[in-house]
Amino acid sequence: MPDKIEDLEIQLLLEALFQHYHYDFRHYARASIKRRLVQARDQLGFASISALQDRVLHDPDMLPRLLGYLTVQVSEMFRDPSYFRALREKVLPHLRTYPSLKVWIAGCSAGEELYSLAILLREEGLYERTLFYATDINPDALSAAEAGLYPLDRIRKFTENHQKSGGKSSLSDYYTAAYGRAVFDKSLRDRVVFSDHSLVTDAVFAEMHLISCRNVMIYFDRALQDRAIGLFRESLTRKGFLGLGSKESLRFSRHATGFADFVPEEKIYQRREP
Amino acid sequence: MTRTTIKAIAIGASAGAVQALQVILPRLPVGYPLPVLVVVHVPPDRSNVLLPLFQSKCRMRVKEAEDKEPMDGGVIYFAPSDYHMLVEADGALALSNDEPVNYSRPSIDVLFESAADAYGPALVGVILTGANNDGAAGLKAVTDAGGVAIVEDPAQAYASAMPDAALDAAATAKVMNLDAIASYLSSLGTAR
Repeated sequence: MPDKIEDLEIQLLLEALFQHYHYDFRHYARASIKRRLVQARDQLGFASISALQDRVLHDPDMLPRLLGYLTVQVSEMFRDPSYFRALREKVLPHLRTYPSLKVWIAGCSAGEELYSLAILLREEGLYERTLFYATDINPDALSAAEAGLYPLDRIRKFTENHQKSGGKSSLSDYYTAAYGRAVFDKSLRDRVVFSDHSLVTDAVFAEMHLISCRNVMIYFDRALQDRAIGLFRESLTRKGFLGLGSKESLRFSRHATGFADFVPEEKIYQRREP
Repeated sequence: MTRTTIKAIAIGASAGAVQALQVILPRLPVGYPLPVLVVVHVPPDRSNVLLPLFQSKCRMRVKEAEDKEPMDGGVIYFAPSDYHMLVEADGALALSNDEPVNYSRPSIDVLFESAADAYGPALVGVILTGANNDGAAGLKAVTDAGGVAIVEDPAQAYASAMPDAALDAAATAKVMNLDAIASYLSSLGTAR
């Protein structure tokens, strides 16, 4: 059956990426990874996944292009405005009590969520005492996040989301428009550490007060989700906060008891001691 | 229609979906042994309007799919708005935030192609009314994998474009009206 051959090819390609390049997608949710690989195969013009594997093993320039298919996600600033409103109204009052803060955007992709949080904390007067960590496995995504450039046609939606999130300033205060793009202000990233970090293979690197990791773990299988959630729990300070995507949940995780619901409808959790 | 034991039903609908699904889903009995997966095109911010409606009308349990949720028989799972819904090989549901397919998220093709992969001949795919061509490639994947393909009669559908496109892509699909589809799906629950 041709489908089964394709499944085998996918397994082999993922193994090759891991062994040769140390990118580990072996525990990504298979149905989505398959869609993305089939799309990469077709758009990059290969007859089969095996042919794609052959090229990526022998031509390192093919790796970033393939990573683009496997990792990059288009998000929005202030996506799910009610999440940011809940952070503003319910989480920040707790964070305000700390003299210094660490916030980790895990799987930051092109930076939309990072800038959203930076603006939120600036509006609430907490930016200057916060250190942000923006991590991703894709170097191109990290560069894009660091550049902070977005097509102007996306800004209308960002602005609308920002207003709905309870924004206290105008989004246009934070960017300048040039050549069809919005360039976000450098002062929003002077307290940001951009870093390569894998939720699959890397470890705890700092003690966080807030971790936001939204719509990243939906691409993981349950074993890998468990690993990442365990990593988040260890990374959080006592009573630190974890925010997930609106359709993600700790309910099926074996670390479920390590967290308490904080704002359940927004998937914001608080570290709980056993 | 087929001798293979059916293990899951996937349904896709767009314009006119609510009326069409109201003919079908409430007819499925309590204790229906199969999971029923439903993708309806709804605007991203209009979440969950379908759930209360169908919860009040259906005898089966109706819920929104959660990521990595193991699927159970007797439950109707709706894809959440603004997420694709997929089926994993182990029979769990998965959600994805990938870009829209056929301008749609959730997309019917994404559900049907992953479900065809997971269930092969044990899947029934149903394309109902709609004004675009999402689901056509998905229904072809269902038939290619040996599954059962059903399309609402375009002549009777509220919007015929989606059933027409599905029939063009999957020529062996059976054409039925909504009442016949409801009877057929119900029968899958009893003839076991």
